[in-house]
Amino acid sequence: MGNNWEMVIGLEVHAQLNTSSKLFSSSPNQFGSEPNENVNFIDSGMPGMLPVMNFACIEMAIKTGFALNFKINKYSVFERKNYFYPDLPQGYQISQFEFPILTEGFINIDNEGNQKKIRIERAHLEQDAGKSIHDIDPKFSFIDLNRVGTPLLEIVSYPDLSSAEEVVSYMSSLRQVLMYIDVCDGNMQEGSLRADVNLSVRKKGGELGTRCEIKNLNSFKFIRQAIEYEFKRQVDVIESGGKIEQNTMLFDTSTGETRAMRSKEFSHDYRYFPDPDLLPVNLTQDQIDKVKTSVGELPQAKLDKFIKDYNVDKDIAKIITVEKQNAILFEKMISETDVKPKFIAAWLVGDIFAFIKENNLEVSSLNEKTKEITDLLKLVSDDVISNKAGKEILPKVLNGQGKPSDIVKELGLEQVSDSGELEKIIDEALVGEEENISKFQGGSDRVLGYFVGKCLKATKGKGNPKLINKILLERLKN
Amino acid sequence: MKSSISQIKDSLRDKKISVEELYDEFLIKAKSSKTNSFNLLLDKENNILSIKESQKRYENGNPLPLDGIPLGIKDLFCTKGIRTTASSKILSNFTPNYESFVTQKLLDDGSIFIGKNNCDEFAMGSSNETSFFGPVKNPWKNKNVPTDDLVPGGSSGGSAAAVAEGTCVASMGTDTGGSIRQPASLCGIVGLKPTFGSCSRWGIVAFASSLDQAGPLTNSVEDAALILNSINKHDFNDTTSSNHVREDYSIGINDKLDQKIKIGIPSDYLKDVSGDILSQIENTKKALIKHNVEFVDVEFKTTEYALSTYYILAPAEASSNLARYDGIRYGVREDGKSLDDIYLNSRTKGFGDEVTRRILIGAYVLSAGYYDAYYRQAQKVRRLIKDDFQRIFNDVDFILTPTTPNEAFKIGDKLDPISMYKNDIYTVPTSLAGLPGISIPSGLSTNGLPLGIQFIGNYFEEKKLLQIAALAEKELNFNGQ
Repeated sequence: MGNNWEMVIGLEVHAQLNTSSKLFSSSPNQFGSEPNENVNFIDSGMPGMLPVMNFACIEMAIKTGFALNFKINKYSVFERKNYFYPDLPQGYQISQFEFPILTEGFINIDNEGNQKKIRIERAHLEQDAGKSIHDIDPKFSFIDLNRVGTPLLEIVSYPDLSSAEEVVSYMSSLRQVLMYIDVCDGNMQEGSLRADVNLSVRKKGGELGTRCEIKNLNSFKFIRQAIEYEFKRQVDVIESGGKIEQNTMLFDTSTGETRAMRSKEFSHDYRYFPDPDLLPVNLTQDQIDKVKTSVGELPQAKLDKFIKDYNVDKDIAKIITVEKQNAILFEKMISETDVKPKFIAAWLVGDIFAFIKENNLEVSSLNEKTKEITDLLKLVSDDVISNKAGKEILPKVLNGQGKPSDIVKELGLEQVSDSGELEKIIDEALVGEEENISKFQGGSDRVLGYFVGKCLKATKGKGNPKLINKILLERLKN
Repeated sequence: MKSSISQIKDSLRDKKISVEELYDEFLIKAKSSKTNSFNLLLDKENNILSIKESQKRYENGNPLPLDGIPLGIKDLFCTKGIRTTASSKILSNFTPNYESFVTQKLLDDGSIFIGKNNCDEFAMGSSNETSFFGPVKNPWKNKNVPTDDLVPGGSSGGSAAAVAEGTCVASMGTDTGGSIRQPASLCGIVGLKPTFGSCSRWGIVAFASSLDQAGPLTNSVEDAALILNSINKHDFNDTTSSNHVREDYSIGINDKLDQKIKIGIPSDYLKDVSGDILSQIENTKKALIKHNVEFVDVEFKTTEYALSTYYILAPAEASSNLARYDGIRYGVREDGKSLDDIYLNSRTKGFGDEVTRRILIGAYVLSAGYYDAYYRQAQKVRRLIKDDFQRIFNDVDFILTPTTPNEAFKIGDKLDPISMYKNDIYTVPTSLAGLPGISIPSGLSTNGLPLGIQFIGNYFEEKKLLQIAALAEKELNFNGQ
């Protein structure tokens, strides 16, 4: 396979909006309920039932519009996309087609350290379908309608992406923004965020090829695998003299391969037309402006702020801003203490996140413990206790075993910072070390470490190492 | 003369008859009827609680507006715990667990449902011959061929026949292109289609959502006004339901017109009509002219496009509205080897010919490559038809037309769908424009069959419309069965 091929990729991302009820019915919009628990007469397509638009979905779309630099259309229309399937009780999906609520947006993604602008063609609201379950019984299929009518925002990018890494970067940036503005929980495993990948290949800089669409990918790993497999498949077909047919593909997660689901000739004619049960959406400027105030600070702005204003290292700032709850926790801690943000940031992404991971906790669960954490960090940064002691105490503080100062006392971890006491210890430590002292004076720095260690040992680890260092140097130079 | 709702309420109040006796009287008559106008009749036991409560309210001197009145309900309204079929095989086993908005309002006002009226399958038809439960017979006979069974019109044919025959006091119908007004006309009763958006569509089996509207079929204009009072309410669950302020439609309905009224008669509607039909318009003119009413000729520019527009838009919406009847969750399911077979068999066997025809037409006009030529074009013409009406309403208060181009015809006579569709030529434009229209009986044809006239009003002007209709009714003094 020559390496003069490149891939051209556009993404259709389906984001489930985290409203409390569905797009056109009052049924609860939640994951993990018993099958067919969240289903009412509208969802199950009973005769004579009518959809009523949930305005919260419109507001979330507007919010997304602001966050992703979209043109927010005051006029949009819900249409019916007609097809038969057992998990589609109405016989049509209500979606937006000719007049979507959002058009022409973009997002900047990180591409190997550089920013790349990915243009987004449109985003529209639509109903999710239910679930068909074929693998419980050899003879019967089962239908769970809980997901029917769940609000989706379908975000359709231009074919501006040209590698699996870019696609993952785009997808994770989208996910990050949607979670920041609190319109989607971003849980890909539960299907809250899924992507259809449109991929074609061409000779570098050449004409666009025929694309195939890989449906319903719900993890970064699968997205990457599917793209790599499909890229290779298309190149292989062309290089061996074949032609790419415009197919809809499925990604088999067990084999890591894509295979054709249906070809263009058998594609549906969805017979879209405006849903006569629903009036067109006519938004006022006022309604749009009202939402703007709720957008809040976006991840990029936070990242810039952390780096510039708080002097946090770029890599650490990135880790903190990946998820909104990290940033919230961080900012809360900063506001409660005079300990340097940079110092807090290092602890946050280090021991604090490690603790969260080990104990399988939500970051947000620490929001109520920030006072204790910052008290502890203050003790460390003021040299009241050693870094090592701080690390030792942290889990106890996070487990709610008491105030940091009490724990420090209880365990006797307070550092010895009394220079008189330390001088005594150091003097004792230097007795009988004439050989090493002359080595140091002869230029061997390594001996200093030896002496510091010896002194620390003599203080049972409680001596302030900085102070010990300082006094030792004074003594040794004489 | 059949008793009006007010008269029946007086008799109940004055204890000349009890609610139970009244119910029995109608039920016995309905059970012995040969018109096939009910798909289902409710025995007294089904309603005994409502009957007793209603009686109690009369005894306590606080009856509700429609208390104890036995009503027929077109079998298109979902009625909780009562089988609702849309006169289709595919729903022949369906009992909803909810009550339509409109029928709930009627129950709230004390009325009692005697049964579900036969109708054309999914309200698609103009003769009530497409029903899975068989055709309805018009209680009227051609005096020259009295052995012929005649159609009652459609799609609310069972409703119209039952009211005309007197097996219910009034019936709730639906009108998509004339389905209340046309059968009312052919059966010699009153039929009102309110402005689109007046009465909620929630719980009515949908045919064409942008056209469907519930309305009463009654013996008198006043009865229509009383029922409209109950059902004309805003409903948050129907996005197309209007939230304008509703009036009391019966108060002052017989008041003298206090100002000059101008009525337009579309000359283009009367070009090829029979003498029988023409004389209905002439008689109405004569009757009203002495009441400060002026008649002017008006002319539509869009009439010739109305039927084709309707027969694109209504089937398009129907093809999608009827997609939910797939045999999967409810209704009749036919077995098959694959999922596609189940769909195919259930729908092929579940739907009758006319419904199938319209689903096919609808799917066709919405298909890729045809959408612009048919559906989009028809939407544009619909807009022109609306504008056409508004142009005429700039100059007149009402428009007067015949309701139908002909009298009731023999069952089985109009086998050609196109000639059947033409029966709705005067009612369809009003539906496309979403305007209110009322048909009242105006006289008899030379064959002794009832004919009707239609008054069309402007949007939400039902109050005025009912007043002029009541005046014409009084003057024309039509005697029913």
